[in-house]
Amino acid sequence: MSVFVLLLKREARLLCRRPAELANPLVFFAIVVALFPLAVGPQMQLLQSLSPGLVWVAALLAVLLSLDGLFRSDLEDGSLEQWVLSEHPLPVLVLAKVLVHWAFSGLALVLVSPLLALMLGLPERCLPVLLASLLLGTPVLSLLGAVGAALTVGLKRGGLLLALLTLPLYIPVLILGTGALQASLQQLPTAGYLLWLGSLTALAVTLAPFAIAAGLKISVGE
Amino acid sequence: MTPYLHATDLACDRDGRLLFEHLQVQVATGDMLQVCGPNGCGKTSLLRVLAGLMQPADGQVVFASPALHAQRSERGGQLLWIGHATGIKDALSPEENLAWLCALHTPASREQIWTALAAIGLRGFEDVPCRMLSAGQQRRVALARLYLPGPPLWILDEPFTALDAQAVEQLEQHLVDHCERGGMVVLTTHHVLGQTPNRYRRLELDASAA
Repeated sequence: MSVFVLLLKREARLLCRRPAELANPLVFFAIVVALFPLAVGPQMQLLQSLSPGLVWVAALLAVLLSLDGLFRSDLEDGSLEQWVLSEHPLPVLVLAKVLVHWAFSGLALVLVSPLLALMLGLPERCLPVLLASLLLGTPVLSLLGAVGAALTVGLKRGGLLLALLTLPLYIPVLILGTGALQASLQQLPTAGYLLWLGSLTALAVTLAPFAIAAGLKISVGE
Repeated sequence: MTPYLHATDLACDRDGRLLFEHLQVQVATGDMLQVCGPNGCGKTSLLRVLAGLMQPADGQVVFASPALHAQRSERGGQLLWIGHATGIKDALSPEENLAWLCALHTPASREQIWTALAAIGLRGFEDVPCRMLSAGQQRRVALARLYLPGPPLWILDEPFTALDAQAVEQLEQHLVDHCERGGMVVLTTHHVLGQTPNRYRRLELDASAA
């Protein structure tokens, strides 16, 4: 357990010393969302009905963008070899790494999203649902994406392949997340969607680390 | 005496090119094994197979440590590996790097790390980010792990790279001491070792198979 906390601290420290990498997905998210009112025009009604899909697709792409380099530097400088040979189980180490990554990318997206949603004309009463759905959904995006990142880390230009591998897996989260927001826009109950998202999160947190660890072992063995 | 590491009938190929086959490797307490051979003959591959980072095409590597049988079939925690890429992060200081690398096996205290860094000749560089250090100094940071508590078997791929003459001599002495104390070293290097322990062996990989 102590190694888990140590790794959390170490990864957080590493990310804090490269602040540019942290800001990139966040700025990407903000710009993509800001482009839509410019492209569609200032039609409040249209933007409002588009906003659930917009916010979610932008969040999904921003998370994907941030995942490309998740394990690359660790592979290049030999850190992954040390992790594989450690006496601690690799899935635990990997879970810590992805959690820190999520806290600095996914969680940051969640915190910025209300501002951007208001810009799209989403009514205030929908904001709690927006926050809850993103809070439950982005960890799944990070964890599933990390599986793809682990498999493609050995490739020189794995970015596009990562997107092709991962995006289809994001579909359930996208449907549930936007579904919750649509329902809240129409003042329908949203608990069902959020519970489903929650169960997906639980599933991803428990199972994805094993898949990520297996992918990393393959990549290290190449 | 049962050897600590016992590999039988190892074979390895890279992209369909056979590097070696029917290779037997045994490492017992106090052994130093130097793997020699020309470039591209499979020295690094052999070390990676022994460490468990790579699957051999044939044969198997068995560790005789009792803890291993009890725990799992993987090689986690049985050996200390320092490869070409040393696992040192540019953005972190030597102290932070070592604290983490040690935590992967046996956690070390701050005093132990400072002592190890002083022993390897990096006194005064404990909290400088590693990207500010020279290649030789970065190599020393990685090698400082050999002065900290850890597994008894060290697998070192070209540990002398980028070191100056004095550091090479010091490292050789340290490896010999480690073997005399009952540790084990498997290493590759192209230079002729100046000092060797009693149980020193060479393993020649020839390029004819390659």
